[in-house]
Amino acid sequence: MELTKAAALSTGTELPPPGPDGLIYGLRPPPDEGGLLVRHPSVIRVTSVCVVLVVWELYGRALNPVFLSYPVAIGRALVELVGNGQLLDATFQTLRALAAGFGVALVAGVGVGFLMGRSRLVNLTLDPFVTALYNTPSVALIPLIQLWFGLGLTAKIIIVGLSAFFPIAINTQAGVRNVGQGLVDVVRAYGATDRQVSTKVVLPSAVPFIMAGVRLAVGRAVIGVVTAEFFTAISGLGGLVIVFSNAFATAKLFVPVLTLVALGLGLTSLAKWAERRLTPWKESERAAAR
Amino acid sequence: MTAAAALDVRNVRKLFFQPTPRGPAGLLVLDDVSFSVGAGEFVSALGPSGCGKTTLARIIVGLEEVAAGAVLIGGRPAGPPGPDRCLVFQHYALLPWRTVLGNVELAMEIQGVAKDERRTRARRFIELVGLTGFETRYPHQLSGGMQQRTGLARALAAEPRMLIMDEPFGALDAQMRTLLQDELLRICDVMKVTVLFVTHSIDEAVYLSDRILVFSARPGRPVAELAVELPKPRGQGARSSHRFTEIRKAVSDVLAERTDYYRGVDEGRGALHRD
Repeated sequence: MELTKAAALSTGTELPPPGPDGLIYGLRPPPDEGGLLVRHPSVIRVTSVCVVLVVWELYGRALNPVFLSYPVAIGRALVELVGNGQLLDATFQTLRALAAGFGVALVAGVGVGFLMGRSRLVNLTLDPFVTALYNTPSVALIPLIQLWFGLGLTAKIIIVGLSAFFPIAINTQAGVRNVGQGLVDVVRAYGATDRQVSTKVVLPSAVPFIMAGVRLAVGRAVIGVVTAEFFTAISGLGGLVIVFSNAFATAKLFVPVLTLVALGLGLTSLAKWAERRLTPWKESERAAAR
Repeated sequence: MTAAAALDVRNVRKLFFQPTPRGPAGLLVLDDVSFSVGAGEFVSALGPSGCGKTTLARIIVGLEEVAAGAVLIGGRPAGPPGPDRCLVFQHYALLPWRTVLGNVELAMEIQGVAKDERRTRARRFIELVGLTGFETRYPHQLSGGMQQRTGLARALAAEPRMLIMDEPFGALDAQMRTLLQDELLRICDVMKVTVLFVTHSIDEAVYLSDRILVFSARPGRPVAELAVELPKPRGQGARSSHRFTEIRKAVSDVLAERTDYYRGVDEGRGALHRD
């Protein structure tokens, strides 16, 4: 049943009876106020990006290509680097260090954060170190890490891990502390053991916090892996950046940079997706609020 | 009734401690509280707000320690909290990340009931409280009344010897309240469950109970006991019956005489009042 706006909203018209769920189907709300641009925000975004690309292309061609390349040249470099396999190899190296370091940080961060949130003793014991290290730029630790772990993959994993660990640990701790006493009482009233209190209430209620920490940690991990590739054995996408900049191959230099942008965006969306999947009750809360 | 009492509360005293500018101090919330509830009986604890009724409910369930006295369940000292006595919470206290089904299964999970059995039992109690079709909803998608139905199903599914209900309908609107009171009476009739029902509403206490314990203001203790001689099952007719009005009047008189129910008990007394 399709009714026009005018028919549905004028008082004289008989409305069709609602279905069993109380909703009348086929009724369109009156259109939002505002012009085309407000109703289609993507038009503005796409236009904005196109304008910048065109200006960059024109301005870039007028300059010495060492200072600033231009989109078409970057596109050609991309094709070349994909063709000879360099980009794929580098991306794989970067992802490997990223995944391993992030995995370690996730497990350790949730574990340590959970213990710090649940036990006052653990909290008081570890807090000075966690606070100090969280506030230490991990770049400053790279020389030490090199001394201890060399220049290989291990060092990179540790640098990534250090970058990602703290947001996860600190958020997990906050989430664990934030658990509602009322909910803990419920399971305790049913005779839950400490372990059951942890698994049935404390951890699930901390999940939204943990996932917020994960999202922060993803960004930091990407920074960490590039830093590691700069300062330890040159490899991966960060390594390509160094190699091409040393060769003044500016067009090629943009290719790993843009790949890193895509990687960061992709991983952040992945984290957001995981967050929605893991906290469906929050998602429908958001939907209900809309 | 003494030997077979489902619940026996003996000389219970409860203190809350708090720091003050003049050093630590204790607040006497309950003192010398003694009463018992027979198997299958529906007893209300009625009193002004702040008289320690909620604290009493938490003590019986085992969430609070007593300073003195004892709680006996079926003649034995009540140990740590367990599925023998289940609390229905004032603010429902459903786990927001669990669906209706998941929430109802919670107590059984803690008891270690096998999954198939759990599911079957949960569905049975969901049906009993009239929530069939809402099993996969999350608590925030439900009205207050439906949330408390879920809370009730969760407690019943543990098959407790007795239910402790802490102002379970206090946060609901008047219509929903009336509706759920009738549902509760129906369920009690089906399940033959023993109930201690904490409330500050005279009407609610009279309509639901076999017996009413009237509590004094802080420190709370039962100061009067009234049997409600209204035939069961009670329907809406009972509320407007002459007998109901009489009993209501009697309870109201006792409250006026023996407690300060009608004198804004909480003014200027904030301190450690638990809601």
